[in-house]
Amino acid sequence: MSVSGSAVPRRVFVFRTLSFIPATAAGLAACTHLDAFAGQAGSYTPSFFTDSEWRFVNAFVDRLIPHDEVGPGAVEAGVPIFIDQQMGTKYGYGGLWYMHGPFAENPPPTLGYQLNLTPRQLYKAGIAAADHAITQAHGKSFAALDDATKDEVLKAMEAGTLDIGKSPPSNTLFGFFWQNTQEGYFSDPAYGGNKDAAAWAMIGFPGARGDYLEWVDQYGKKYPYAPTTIESAENAG
Amino acid sequence: MNITEKHVDAVIVGSGWTGMIMAKELTEAGLKVVILERGPARDTYPDGAYPKTMDELAFIQRSRLFQDMSKDTVTIRHGVDDVAVPYRQIGAFKPGTGLGGAGLHWSGQHWRVFPEELQLRSHYEQKYGKSFIPPDMTIADWGVSYDELEPHFTFAEQVFGTAGHAYRVNNQIVGNGDGNIFEANRSAPYPMPAQKNPYSAEIFWKACAENGLHPFSQPSANTSGPYTNPYGCQMGPCTFCGFCSGYACFNYSKASPNVNILPALRLSPNFELRTDANVQKINLDSTGKRATGVTYVDSQGNTHIQPGDLVIAGTFAYNNAHLLLVSGIGQPYDPKTGQGVVGKNLVYQTMATIQAFFEPGKFTNPFIGAGGNSVTVDDYNGDNFDHGPAGFVGGAPVWCNQAGTKPISGIPVPEGSPKWGSGWKKAVTDSYVNTVSFDIHGTNMAYRQCYLSLDPTYTDSHGQPLLRFTFDWQNNDIKMSRWIAGKMIPVAQSMNPKSIKVLAKNFGDHFDTRPYQTTHLAGGTMMGTDPKQSVVNRYLQSWDVSNLFVVGSGVFPQGLGYNPTGTVVALAYWSAKAIRNQYLKNPGALVSA
Repeated sequence: MSVSGSAVPRRVFVFRTLSFIPATAAGLAACTHLDAFAGQAGSYTPSFFTDSEWRFVNAFVDRLIPHDEVGPGAVEAGVPIFIDQQMGTKYGYGGLWYMHGPFAENPPPTLGYQLNLTPRQLYKAGIAAADHAITQAHGKSFAALDDATKDEVLKAMEAGTLDIGKSPPSNTLFGFFWQNTQEGYFSDPAYGGNKDAAAWAMIGFPGARGDYLEWVDQYGKKYPYAPTTIESAENAG
Repeated sequence: MNITEKHVDAVIVGSGWTGMIMAKELTEAGLKVVILERGPARDTYPDGAYPKTMDELAFIQRSRLFQDMSKDTVTIRHGVDDVAVPYRQIGAFKPGTGLGGAGLHWSGQHWRVFPEELQLRSHYEQKYGKSFIPPDMTIADWGVSYDELEPHFTFAEQVFGTAGHAYRVNNQIVGNGDGNIFEANRSAPYPMPAQKNPYSAEIFWKACAENGLHPFSQPSANTSGPYTNPYGCQMGPCTFCGFCSGYACFNYSKASPNVNILPALRLSPNFELRTDANVQKINLDSTGKRATGVTYVDSQGNTHIQPGDLVIAGTFAYNNAHLLLVSGIGQPYDPKTGQGVVGKNLVYQTMATIQAFFEPGKFTNPFIGAGGNSVTVDDYNGDNFDHGPAGFVGGAPVWCNQAGTKPISGIPVPEGSPKWGSGWKKAVTDSYVNTVSFDIHGTNMAYRQCYLSLDPTYTDSHGQPLLRFTFDWQNNDIKMSRWIAGKMIPVAQSMNPKSIKVLAKNFGDHFDTRPYQTTHLAGGTMMGTDPKQSVVNRYLQSWDVSNLFVVGSGVFPQGLGYNPTGTVVALAYWSAKAIRNQYLKNPGALVSA
C-alpha cells in the first residue's frame, strides 16, 4: 500500500486504496435513524426502553459525557440508541454470562458480578428504583433535575450511597451505565453510537485503518488521517 | 444417542498450540490421529477478515473468540475456607473456545525460559539457602533442563516465524550485541529480524539505557516480513494494525495453530479434526491404569465414545486438571494435608504498570502496535540480580509493549483525573496519544493454599462440576512487584513526563477477577521427577496412566516471568519427541515410578 502526502481528504482513506465515497453514501445507514437525533431522543423510537426510561437514559448519559468544546456528548453521539439496541442482543439477555444459581448474597466485590439480573432486567429494575428514590428526595424525576443536582445524584450512585435497594444497588446500575456509555461512545458507528466516528476523531484513534507499516517509526508525528469505520472500509472495497 | 467411533492411534483433546503440535508430530510418525475441539471451527476467514475484525466491541467486550461463559466457566474463592462463586463474566483472564484455542487470539509474545527457572527450588536453595524460601511456597524443579529443551525452542521459533534479535548463538555474541545480554545460549538465531520499535517503545529503550539497564527488542511471533515455515505454511508482514490480543490476525502475520500448523496438517490422510466435540472424560480400563479413549458430546447432544491407544490432554492451562479430576486420574491435591497432586500449584502472573503522561503534542500514537512487539529489560527477571538483599523469590521482565490501545478497553489517564463528565473527556483526549505505558510482568510463585479442585455446587451445561480456583495474592509476589516498580520509576522519570502513575498491588490486596490482567494461568498438572509430587513425569506422561500425556502450561510447577506460550510449545515438542523416539517403540512408562 502507499499513503503519502498530507492532502488525503478526511473520511475517505480506506484500507489498501484511496477512493472517494460520496458523502451521501458514507453516512446513509447512520442517517436513517440519527437524522433527527439532535440533543435529545429525537425521532428514534426505542425498542426496549419505555418513554420515561428513555428520558432517564438520555439524561443520565448526557451527564456522564456532556457536550462541550472538547468533543461530542454521549447523546449527540447516539449512546442512548446504542444501549437500546444492545438490549436486543445476546448481551442484553445475559447470554454471554454464566447465569446459573445459587447467587451469593454478599460476595466480595473482587469476585465480580453475582446478581441474578440480565442487563435488560437490571436496567428496567434499576431505573425504576432509582427514579423512585430520586423523586422521593428531590420532588421530581431525574430527567427534570438541573445539571448540578443530576451530577450530585450520579456521584451518590457511583458511591452506592443512593439507596435503591439491592436488585441492583445504585453503584451497580451506575457501573452498567458508565460501561455501556463508553462502549457506545467509542465503538464502531455501526452499533448506533460514535456518530460520524467523532469520538474517535476527538482522541485521535484512526479506527479500522489496519495498516501503519509506514507510520510505526515516524516518531512524534501526528497521524493526519480521519478515522476509518468498518462500513467505510467495506464500501471502498 | 450413544455412538462408538472408529478406533484411532491417538486421541487429542483440544486444538490449541499443544494439540495441533502433537497432531502434527504424531501424524508424521504415521499414527492415525483425531483432534476433538469443544468449540466451533475458526479461521482467518471469516473470523479474522478485514475490516470486520477491527471491532473492539464485538471481539473484546462481547467476547467473540473467548470461551462461551454461558455454558462453562470456573468458580473462584480467595481462601481454602471460603465459598467459591462463579467467574460469570470474562474479566481477569480470557480463555478461548474453538479451533486454535487461545492460540488464535493471543498477542504473540514468544519467549524462551531462563535455565535456572527450570531448577527453581534447587537453584534458590543452593544460592540463597533453604530458609530463603517461605514455608508455604511449594515451588519445585521441572525435571527438564534448558539444554534439553533448546532444540525445541529453536524449532518452535521457526514454526512461528518469530522476529527477534539474538544475542548469543553457539556461544558467540552475534549482530551488534543489541540482543538480550541475559538470554541463554541458542543454537540458531531467530528466523526473522526484529520488528520495528513503535515510538513509546523507543522512548522506553532510551530511558532504560540512560538508567544503566539493558533494553532489547523482544521476540515477537508477529512476523516482520514474508515468511514460510518448515511446514510450508506462509505468513505475511505485520502492518502494526494493533488488533492482536483478542482477535484473529487478518494479515496472516501473527502465528497461530490455524495459520502455522493446520494447513500442513490437513494434508495428512492420517489426520481428522472434529469441532463441537466436547470431551467429558478420559475413559479407563478396569485396572484404572490404562486409558481406552475419551467420551465426548457433540453439538446435538449425542454422546460419542472415541477409542484410542494414546490420549493427549491438550486443553487450555487449567482445563487439563479438570479433565483428570472428573476422570478420576491421579490423586486430587488436598491443601490441608499437602497430599495429592492433581490441582496443586495453581499460578498466575503478578502485574504492575507504570504510566508516564506527557503534554499534548507528544504523539506516541498508541493505536500503532503489534501484540508481540516490545522493548524489554530483563535486568530484574530470572536470577539476573541478587535476590539476597531483595528478599523475595521471583522477578519480572519489564516491557513497553505498544500493542494497539483501543478506546473502550480504557485509556490511561493521570492520577486524580475525573472518572466521568467533561473532565474525563478532556483527560482521555489529552492522554490518548501522549502516554508511554510499561508493564512489570511478574512471576507468581506456587503456594500450598493456591490450587484447583472440583466445585461442590456449580455445574457446566453438561452437568459436570465446574473447576474451582482457590487463589489469592501472597506477600512474596507483591514484594517482588513493588520492589521492581520502585527500580523502574526512575526510568519513567528520565522520560521527562508531566506526571507518572504507578499501578502496583498493595500488601493485603485480594485477587480481583474483574479487570483484565493476563490469561497466563498455569499449574494444576505439574511435571516433576517424583510421582508423589507431580502429575506427569519429565516427558509429560501421566505417572498413573502411561498412555496419557498431559501438555500445556498446567505442567508448570510455578509461574514464569515471561509469557508461557514459548515454553508450552517447546515442552510439547519435547514430549512429542519422547513419544516418537521412545514410547511408540516400547509403550509403557518412560520413567519408572
